[in-house]
Amino acid sequence: MNEKKIIEPKGVDVANGEENVQAKKIVQLIDVAKSFDGEIILDHINLDVYEKEFITLLGPSGCGKTTTLRIIAGFVTPDTGDVLFEDARINDLPPHKRHVNTVFQKYALFPHLNVYENIAFALRLKKVSEEEIYERVEEMLAMVNLRGFEKKDVNLLSGGQQQRVAIARALINKPKVLLLDEPLGALDLKLRKDMQNELKNIQRKTGITFVYVTHDQEEALSMSDTVVVMADGKIQQIGTPTDIYNEPQNAFVADFIGESNIIDGVMLDDYKVRFSGHEFDCLDKGFGRNEAVDVVVRPEDVDVVPLDKGMLNGVVTSVTFKGVHYEIIVSIKDFKWMIQSTDYVEVGQNIGVYVEPDAIHIMKKSEYSNMFGDYSSFSDELEHLSDATEEEE
Amino acid sequence: MTKKNNILKQAAAYPHIVWAIIFIIAPLLFVAYYAFTDTDEAGKVHFSLANITSLAQATYLEVFLRSVCFAFLATVICFVIAYPVAYFISRTSPKVQKILVMLVMLPQWLNFLIRTYSWMAILEDTGIINSILGLVGLELHMINTPGAVILGMVYNFLPYMIIPIHSAMTKIDPRVLEAASDLGCNPLGVVTKVVFPLSLSGVISGITMVFVPSISTFYISQKLGGGNFDLIGDSIERQFQTQYDYNMGAAMSFVLMLLIIASMAVMNKYSDDEGGVIV
Repeated sequence: MNEKKIIEPKGVDVANGEENVQAKKIVQLIDVAKSFDGEIILDHINLDVYEKEFITLLGPSGCGKTTTLRIIAGFVTPDTGDVLFEDARINDLPPHKRHVNTVFQKYALFPHLNVYENIAFALRLKKVSEEEIYERVEEMLAMVNLRGFEKKDVNLLSGGQQQRVAIARALINKPKVLLLDEPLGALDLKLRKDMQNELKNIQRKTGITFVYVTHDQEEALSMSDTVVVMADGKIQQIGTPTDIYNEPQNAFVADFIGESNIIDGVMLDDYKVRFSGHEFDCLDKGFGRNEAVDVVVRPEDVDVVPLDKGMLNGVVTSVTFKGVHYEIIVSIKDFKWMIQSTDYVEVGQNIGVYVEPDAIHIMKKSEYSNMFGDYSSFSDELEHLSDATEEEE
Repeated sequence: MTKKNNILKQAAAYPHIVWAIIFIIAPLLFVAYYAFTDTDEAGKVHFSLANITSLAQATYLEVFLRSVCFAFLATVICFVIAYPVAYFISRTSPKVQKILVMLVMLPQWLNFLIRTYSWMAILEDTGIINSILGLVGLELHMINTPGAVILGMVYNFLPYMIIPIHSAMTKIDPRVLEAASDLGCNPLGVVTKVVFPLSLSGVISGITMVFVPSISTFYISQKLGGGNFDLIGDSIERQFQTQYDYNMGAAMSFVLMLLIIASMAVMNKYSDDEGGVIV
């Protein structure tokens, strides 16, 4: 869609919780493109990273998010376009001269060095005095809760501990920007949650800009100030987590972030949309009269009501208990809706559904229309999502 | 059940044990036996340290010293050549790596004697190099010099330095190298601070695999050194082939073995537990 428009400077300094209208751009990618072996990895993207923000590049594997990160780090040179760091062009600056540090996927610790020496590595290169190295390594170890691990062999640490060493090693240089490439990908769920909080705390405390790459939408939403949704080498949407969730730009974003019913609709007029054979009030305007659109309704925004009170009627095809709610698949006019409700319904039961105007979100048609949003092949989709753990090279 | 399994497992090792006894232990015992015995005029065998002690003569010491020096130089030169080559190979794509490694090993498919003879043809005063130099009125005396002998060693044993170093390098995670440059290491620093320590086990294997055959080689010095630079291997060969003094030959072999074990021990001190030394 209109990419220019969605790259509005954001200017909210969440780190300090106050408005900061003059938030400074620290990294800029301008019209950056990259291909490997004729395959387009990045298709002319524009991205601004602001000082002190926690920005997440989110997308499925192969979307170009890791390549974007590696371009900022200096491991990949873009074919076209400019990379700016504090307004200076750094396209040709090698990685070791850049003021950014990276936390690598699978950590990439130095196997021949112990914990202390791994963390001290960057300082040793700068010929910092032993006392200062000691002080700063200890400070880092305290920050990542690894005091007493100085002499430990990094190969014998657990995944979570190696992760902490990797973070400490990257932060000791006091970089202006820290790049994190799926840093929590190899950890189990519980540990991942803990580390998410810790990372967020570290980012707040240090005020360092974090550029975080993940395919995990929940991680992205809960940690970030800004989320950049990527697919097929393009930026699909940039916005706050709330914007991304509530106002998805197209069917891809709506589908990738959370669960969505995405239905073909027609905009009858401002605030009036027709889909599934029914006319709905909505809060969207500015579309052409009778323009075909994608309609997004989140499963938690659909109410189950008695048949006679329903705006739409359908047959329940499956019910799954999820703890907090039931996940109900309802077939309405051959389209399978997902509904999350605390009310129990029977499979085969006819139910009515009710949708409030503010639960309806209208999107322009895009190349992703009709690719997502129907829950008839739900299990396949789950499988597809779990495949996303493999990261592109 | 498990006991039976254990017995089976042990049984599977028997052929190897028998093999080791016949081809490793027994020959070693023979060497020790001949080294520490002598046969008197009556044909009676008796214990004797005379063979070992007679090695303290200046002529033998010179041979030993020369062997160590030549082998040491050949090893150093091999390392200096092999390390960058191995690094270069390890940086190429897996497909190219396979081809390059094969090319490194390719000369080894030819017989050792033929390869050494070829160097004679190249290095001789009327050889290939001199006939080319002759065109511009130059002449270089190369054959029958210590340089020619060391060249022969380097040429023959270089692949055994390249291969283990290359193999150690391919095990290095490329992300670790990226991490080093990310943290401020320039390209040279990446090699000295990360690649070298991580390929050390390969270096030590390589040094072993070049030093051991270099110190015990014969033939190379006879052909390329013109017999002017006797090495231990040549002396041993002569004891067995022309002097028929098995006791003396065995004594030399025995001392050479101790020499190699001693140098291995020194190398092992510098290698870490991981990887270790291929003997």
